Amino acid sequence: MFEGDDRARFEAIVLPHLDAGFNLARWLLRNRTDAEDVTQDAVMRAFRAFGTYRAGNARAWLLQIVRNTCFTWLRQNRMAAEFMEFDETTMPQESGNPETLAIASSDREQLTRALESLPESFREILVLRELEGCSYKEIAEITSRPIGTVMSALARARLQLRNSLSQPLSKEVRRAL
Amino acid sequence: MPCNQTQNQLHGYLDGELDALGAANFEKHLEACPDCQKVLETEESLRRSLQQASLYGRAPRSLQNKIAEMLPAPRPASVPFFGPWHWFALAATALLAVLFTWQFLPPGNSSRRQPTLAAAVVDAHLRSLQPGHLEDVQSTDQHTVKPWFDGRLDFAPPVRDFANDGFPLLGGRLDVINGQSVAALVYGRRKHIVNVLVWKTSALPGNPGNGELQGYHWVSWKMGDLTMYAVSDVASGDLVQLRDLFAKN
Repeated sequence: MFEGDDRARFEAIVLPHLDAGFNLARWLLRNRTDAEDVTQDAVMRAFRAFGTYRAGNARAWLLQIVRNTCFTWLRQNRMAAEFMEFDETTMPQESGNPETLAIASSDREQLTRALESLPESFREILVLRELEGCSYKEIAEITSRPIGTVMSALARARLQLRNSLSQPLSKEVRRAL
Repeated sequence: MPCNQTQNQLHGYLDGELDALGAANFEKHLEACPDCQKVLETEESLRRSLQQASLYGRAPRSLQNKIAEMLPAPRPASVPFFGPWHWFALAATALLAVLFTWQFLPPGNSSRRQPTLAAAVVDAHLRSLQPGHLEDVQSTDQHTVKPWFDGRLDFAPPVRDFANDGFPLLGGRLDVINGQSVAALVYGRRKHIVNVLVWKTSALPGNPGNGELQGYHWVSWKMGDLTMYAVSDVASGDLVQLRDLFAKN
């Protein structure tokens, strides 16, 4: 009945976080066009669910919806063989030295490639922490995981990112295969 | 090889998420452990690379437009092939709807509660993000921004550039919080904007603290006879870092 009023509130509270939503979708889907469609879908879902939103962290609320919409989309739109579930027992091994890393990481393209080569759960947590500046509490809320595991998941994600950066060639080969 | 016990703590330390005791314990370990020092250094340089590589993808204009189109319109949109009578009927309906809403909307929905200081600060931050509202004086030079405030306020805000610490000064503006003129210093943090609002404590008392409203964090502190509020959508750890930079310099 008061849809116009809802819209004004939604625009004031949720839409300021549209960039955050798009950025997360762009990294999860690795494609700007898909990210645009899925973010739009997620925002409309958020609007329909806005009645259930009470005061609180609107950014985390929107990001959680964007993330869930992305994962649903990914499940529907790619072959099962590509699907890489995050394995809590995965522990990447230390490799590479800081010198090669410094050279490699100065390259935006190389960083993009390295980030995109990570499993989704690693990519997601790095994007939320390093690009979005989310706290552990917010990351826990967005990804629906206990706050205690956020720190160890970040440790693993960063280690794997360092490994991909110091081995750009082998990663390339692995992706091409 | 890095020590296994401290591997996770190292990341909590890097992210400013350890409590005071945990951070002190880790620092003690760090002093004695060259491996962890090296890992921490590498992680810090990797973080700088990630944040400086323009990896953040902002929502394109086309997406903003599509969303604006899909949300229910606040007013009836234009309809093609309408004769003058239709227009009149439409206008009358709209007028009735407005009167109806005005009459029957519960007061809690339409009239806003008196905002708290933190809410007023977050509002000021949101206003500043509207196009053209961020800065009155746009400069990364503190020696340009600082004199700009002279004569506009009855106090001198502490204008500092923290570009080397990841908080480049972008400019300043005048703002109004609960009827008081305040100085707003604008900083960048990665792709985000941080507003630091400054006023005389005697004019508008505020308590040191921190909190979160609608997804925005704020941290407040006192500096001499000034009260300062940092507000942004970055993590509160970042705002605490900015507060400490002001305290140190």
